[in-house]
Amino acid sequence: MLDLTPKSVSERSALRINPCKTCQPVGALYAALGVHRCMPHSHGSQGCVSYHRTFLTRHFKEPAIAASSSFTEGASVFGGGPNLRAAIKNIFDIYNPDVIAVHTTCLSETIGDDLNSYILDMSIPDDKVVVYTNTPSYVGSHVTGYANMLSGFIRCLADSRAAKNGGTAVFPGFVNPGDIREIKRMLALSGLSAIVFPDQSDVMDAPMTNTYVMYPRGGTRLDDIRALGGCGRVLALGGFACAEPADVLDKKCKVPYLVLPLPIGVAATDSFVAAAAEVAGRPVPVELEEERGRLLDLMLDANPYFYNKKVAVYGDPDTVIGLSSFILELGMRPGYVITGTPGEEFVRRVEALLRDYDVENCTVKAAADLFELHQWIKNEPVDLLLGTSYGKQIAKAEDIPLVRAGFPVLDRYGHSYLPIVGYQGAIRLAKMIADALMDRQDRDCADEDLDVVM
Amino acid sequence: MDAKSEVLSRYNAKVFKSRKDHILRLSRSEGGSAEIAANSRAVPGIMTNRGCCYAGCKGVVVGPIRDAVTITHGPIGCGFYSWGTRRNKARAGEDGKNFIQYCFSTDMQEADIVFGGDKKLRQAIREAVEIFHPKTVFICSTCPVGLIGDDIHAVAAEAEKEFGITCAAFSCEGYKGVSQSGGHHIANNGLMKRIIGSNDTPPDAKFAINLLGEYNIGGDGWEVERILKRIGYKIVSIFTGNGSIEEISRSHLAGLNLVQCHRSINYVAEMMKSAYGMDWLKVNFIGMDAICGSLRDMAEYFDDGALKLRTEEVIAEELAAVAEDMAFFRSRLEGKTAALFVGGSRSHHYQSLLRDLGVRTVLAGYEFAHRDDYEGREVIPDIKEDADNKNIEQLEVERDPKRYRVFLSPERYAELKGRMELESYAGMIRDMPDGSYVVDDLNHFETEAFTALLRPDIFFSGIKDKYVLQKGGTLSRQLHSYDYSGPYAGFRGAVLFGRDLVMGLQAPAWRLVTPPWKRQPAETAAQGDATHA
Repeated sequence: MLDLTPKSVSERSALRINPCKTCQPVGALYAALGVHRCMPHSHGSQGCVSYHRTFLTRHFKEPAIAASSSFTEGASVFGGGPNLRAAIKNIFDIYNPDVIAVHTTCLSETIGDDLNSYILDMSIPDDKVVVYTNTPSYVGSHVTGYANMLSGFIRCLADSRAAKNGGTAVFPGFVNPGDIREIKRMLALSGLSAIVFPDQSDVMDAPMTNTYVMYPRGGTRLDDIRALGGCGRVLALGGFACAEPADVLDKKCKVPYLVLPLPIGVAATDSFVAAAAEVAGRPVPVELEEERGRLLDLMLDANPYFYNKKVAVYGDPDTVIGLSSFILELGMRPGYVITGTPGEEFVRRVEALLRDYDVENCTVKAAADLFELHQWIKNEPVDLLLGTSYGKQIAKAEDIPLVRAGFPVLDRYGHSYLPIVGYQGAIRLAKMIADALMDRQDRDCADEDLDVVM
Repeated sequence: MDAKSEVLSRYNAKVFKSRKDHILRLSRSEGGSAEIAANSRAVPGIMTNRGCCYAGCKGVVVGPIRDAVTITHGPIGCGFYSWGTRRNKARAGEDGKNFIQYCFSTDMQEADIVFGGDKKLRQAIREAVEIFHPKTVFICSTCPVGLIGDDIHAVAAEAEKEFGITCAAFSCEGYKGVSQSGGHHIANNGLMKRIIGSNDTPPDAKFAINLLGEYNIGGDGWEVERILKRIGYKIVSIFTGNGSIEEISRSHLAGLNLVQCHRSINYVAEMMKSAYGMDWLKVNFIGMDAICGSLRDMAEYFDDGALKLRTEEVIAEELAAVAEDMAFFRSRLEGKTAALFVGGSRSHHYQSLLRDLGVRTVLAGYEFAHRDDYEGREVIPDIKEDADNKNIEQLEVERDPKRYRVFLSPERYAELKGRMELESYAGMIRDMPDGSYVVDDLNHFETEAFTALLRPDIFFSGIKDKYVLQKGGTLSRQLHSYDYSGPYAGFRGAVLFGRDLVMGLQAPAWRLVTPPWKRQPAETAAQGDATHA
């Protein structure tokens, strides 16, 4: 496996090998699926949306709907206006969504298609909405695209004249439906009623009923997105995915926001729970404090198995920051922490965490790829890989246990139902990590060292 | 109202007009037409399953070649999505080179789009050469590359000189053509121009063949190879599953081209006929009758007594080895119905295997086929060119005076042509009974609508539809990826296919979907009996 990867690391300035990111539109598509009765639409050639739907379906094992402007060479030369017009009409006629969320591609961005003027010129049914955003594939990553789609919804819909309702909105970040479900449960326990935007739970984890429903029951309601303008505050979870849209909302509708880390691990969940309690004006509920206590109990119980284990963490920036924070709390040591998404803020954030725990000799890099991660590991191995499915090649090549978390997980089932956020999510993560390390210990030890009790 | 009219009745006028000729209810006995519209633009906004030109070139034809470094020139997405997701299996040859596990991209950034990406591409090739020392580098371009005018062919020519490698560029921007099909053609042209015929080491075997249009999904190619080797064939090259540049470069020295996936590779077969005189034979290694027929056609082509004898021996042994399993799975599947919507030729090929298992096909369609894949190659002269197809290069290949050979006498050629699909392909429709439906570029809405109307027991399709169908209570099996199973080709593959269908249909969860408190009284009683039996 990966037999051609040399141990000696060479400087690369142009060739990306085994990337740890993908392009903006797929993030935009996923964000739009978190809106009730929304049809995501990709303004480009149909290959893009075919790849994106495939990618999301493989991660969630659920249908991921989206349409395309199906550019041909003619449209690429003369502009995609007629294609978009035809597409919008056909989507409303055939699939009858309440909203179409259009994002661009590198094709339509390069030719400079002006979505705003196209859409202004269209006849859109009275009770329907078309929102849009720009997602050039050659800028940022899928996380940027996710953020841009949220910003697009806010720009098009959030109503600056909405009655100030003093309510709270939570942007849950680029996470799984299971995580959003957990965030909503924690909010409910905290006594905080909030608009969660976007919300892919009950969309990308819809139940099996023998009836296919194109628009399942979940997703943020359009009226709630409009009402964001009247909110008193936004809790934005994950700076890379949610700070920009929160800022757009603030600029447009004067809604102050607080950017919190994705609530992965103890400290990050504490921040979220404390913020929710403060907004709700109630003490932290006893149920959450008890969950926290159970998590800490587990962390102490299994501490010997975590102690000083060296970990490579890779994936999307907000998730990786959260996972790094949690493995430090577990007494493990990050050896390599990378994201494919560009942005030096990532490095600053991770290095701050490392300083808090006095960890040295950890390589932290943004805009990195899995090829260089593998090369580093060949030189200085780790005990555990923590990240997406694409690490499985390195895991196999170097015989290192892998715990899957983040996007994408293409080769396992059930992961999208279950959280990694919150105290419950941390209990699950801690268990997955302990199981992987302890299974490895059992596998590798001599017969006389095999302990039935551990 | 038949299912076609019912489905079409839900469309607005424009979509109705675009779609009506792509849907056919076969009724030849009543004088119904068997002509279908294909290879034309998808309707914007309709959820087509189609991919793009890049997907056809890099994803399908070029990507599986194991010993070439294939660099995607463009923003990161296209390279990322075509990395390790198609199950075109490969093992390194003696040189140890297997790049299938890797993804190479120039990961173009905004500055590259504004100021041109050729500098970055040049540097990327340099880095690939320095790290991996490949003999061959391929460049596949994505949408923005064509728009900003990067001259990838000039960069490739420079790289050849500088590094002493073979470097071929494919201008397969996603917007070209109307589907993956244009990309297949561009890839075929590139292989013909640059690789095929570039190495004159003879195969040194009596019955040397190339297997064209076999991508080794789930190991299909290896199962076919096993059978052919048993009979005594030498496989010079496979296009392109587990393929290598070394093998493809000397493919012109084989004695016969076998064409499995007609759509994606027929251009190479035709061009090799023009250049080298090599004949091609349409084969199908999916399903018992089809495999046996193909093996017998091959033996007949080479017209060798011992080869024919050995062919019959192997067929008899292989059939005997799987007979019991096949009979068992048939007993479980007999009377079931299927719909198939796959890419190039599989929707046709698998009907043979389904017949072996007693499963009747009620609907079949192709994602990116041309009329000849449906109706047979004789319609090719009648196919009207349109603006979208014209911009895919039609490579004119001249006879290679040094390498051109005549394989059969005109009399023998004529005789065989009447007996087998020698340089011909009769298409899918001829194997389908009246009353069944043929749908080109079946979309999301039509998948749902036809499933509701025709109620197939199994729907063979791809990942984008899979869960739509499954959520609606229909077993869906992916025929692109085999749902991570396979091989399905050959004799042993057929058994695995039968097992997978039975496994899918018999999953206990199907019967548990409706909770007991929502079941009809009779159903509850039946379930209760089953549970306590």
